[in-house]
Amino acid sequence: MGGKEEMKPYRRPVPNTWWLMRRSYFLFIVRELASVFVAAYSVFLLLVIYKLGQGPEAYEGMIELLRSPALIVFHLVVLAFAVYHSITWFNLTPKILVLFVGEVRVPPLLIAGAHYFAWLVLSALVAWVILRA
Amino acid sequence: MSKSNEPIWWSLFAAGGVVSAFFVPILIIIIGIVLPFGLVGDEPFVYERIHGAVSHPVTKLLLFFLIVLTFFIWAHRFRYTLVHMGLHKARSVISVFCYGSAIVGTILTAIILWQI
Amino acid sequence: MEKTMKLEIFRYRPDQEDQPRFQTYEVPFREDWVVLDAINYIKDEIDGTLSYRWSCRMGVCGSCGMMVNGIPKLTCATFLKDYYPDKIRVEPLTGFPVQRDLVIVMDDFIHKLREIKPWIIRREGEEKPIEGGEYLQTPAELEQYKQYSMCINCMLCYAACPVYALDNTFVGPAAIALAQRYNMDSRDQGRDQRQEIIASHEGIWECTFVGECSVVCPKAVDPAGAIQRSKVSSTIDWYKEVLIPWGGKKR
Repeated sequence: MGGKEEMKPYRRPVPNTWWLMRRSYFLFIVRELASVFVAAYSVFLLLVIYKLGQGPEAYEGMIELLRSPALIVFHLVVLAFAVYHSITWFNLTPKILVLFVGEVRVPPLLIAGAHYFAWLVLSALVAWVILRA
Repeated sequence: MSKSNEPIWWSLFAAGGVVSAFFVPILIIIIGIVLPFGLVGDEPFVYERIHGAVSHPVTKLLLFFLIVLTFFIWAHRFRYTLVHMGLHKARSVISVFCYGSAIVGTILTAIILWQI
Repeated sequence: MEKTMKLEIFRYRPDQEDQPRFQTYEVPFREDWVVLDAINYIKDEIDGTLSYRWSCRMGVCGSCGMMVNGIPKLTCATFLKDYYPDKIRVEPLTGFPVQRDLVIVMDDFIHKLREIKPWIIRREGEEKPIEGGEYLQTPAELEQYKQYSMCINCMLCYAACPVYALDNTFVGPAAIALAQRYNMDSRDQGRDQRQEIIASHEGIWECTFVGECSVVCPKAVDPAGAIQRSKVSSTIDWYKEVLIPWGGKKR
């Protein structure tokens, strides 16, 4: 009685929609798929650079295109996902970057905070370099 | 269990994650909002200035790393997302497709930046 | 009139039926009752056929883990009042096969736990004799791994992990966190042995950092952090081996 032969464990199937079942899973998938938008923006950036290489006229045409409502909407959407990528990335960094000062662990909030501060400084630097003319 | 070569892809992904977290949002803001709305005027964006700046070797190198690394964040994350959303049986095909696309993107980026 | 609450409990009795079903029980509502108290009440007063695991009732033994409204919880630390007056749905931990009712088959977890060698390993010939005394450790060295040593093997992290549920070959959060606990112990020299499993495809590389394992952990072990840190050190190992010809022969 009760031998292994008699056990018939029940296996619960995992639906392919598992990521819709919990908020945290959904936000995880959003975080992962934000990379699609970030990479798509790089493709767009390549196109801009390509046009730039083709001479002033092609470049001016690109600038004109950038002023179109469609491209402004495109930029706003991509920006939202890019910022989401940055925020989730910096929030998770303290889990990987574990520092000790003697016996005391540097608070995760301080490490995340340092990254946010660096983000601000680097963004300002990039803006200054590009826009200072 | 065999030792995995995953560290190649993971390190490219991790580097891309860091670099894009810091630099992609501000680039989108400048190109997609500041420029079209003329928030700082048109002078910074005149052809000669931008062309001169972008064709500088250092700028090319920075752009190369930024663009290429974002391809690898996509490849890595998209690969796992597809597998975990039910395409488990096609894992090898998905890996080849994702990292293959990123490598093609890398070559394209190199060519476009080279020619400018 | 006494306040009551409804519990919807996952039932699976392989000797009587092939498919599981839910059975609803009404139990008295008490401010100081946890879900486990309610289940014990059902077992004692309503239905003696209900099977489940429990022992210490104080969040130490790690045996009363169940899904409470879809979230893995220690039922001895989950209060009814946080759900009252709504119905509570209790299921066995997800990701594991169900033996009977709320009892899961944990063989896979126990096997993985043993595989990562969760004990202090000394190199051949470097083991101290008993008369040599203890291996000394500073408080700072203790802090490096102490967090990971708090694990009570309750398996909530496995139940929170979609990757493990999708693919049981994944070594999983608690086992990797425990491997990290010994790897980071200044007295241990067994990292290379554990890496065979940890650095494989079924080890850390299957993890996509969903992070839920750390959210549900009742002991703040942070398995997700342990896995990512292990990815960093395994990546450094890999580059050392590939780029430096003598790098593979370290330690």
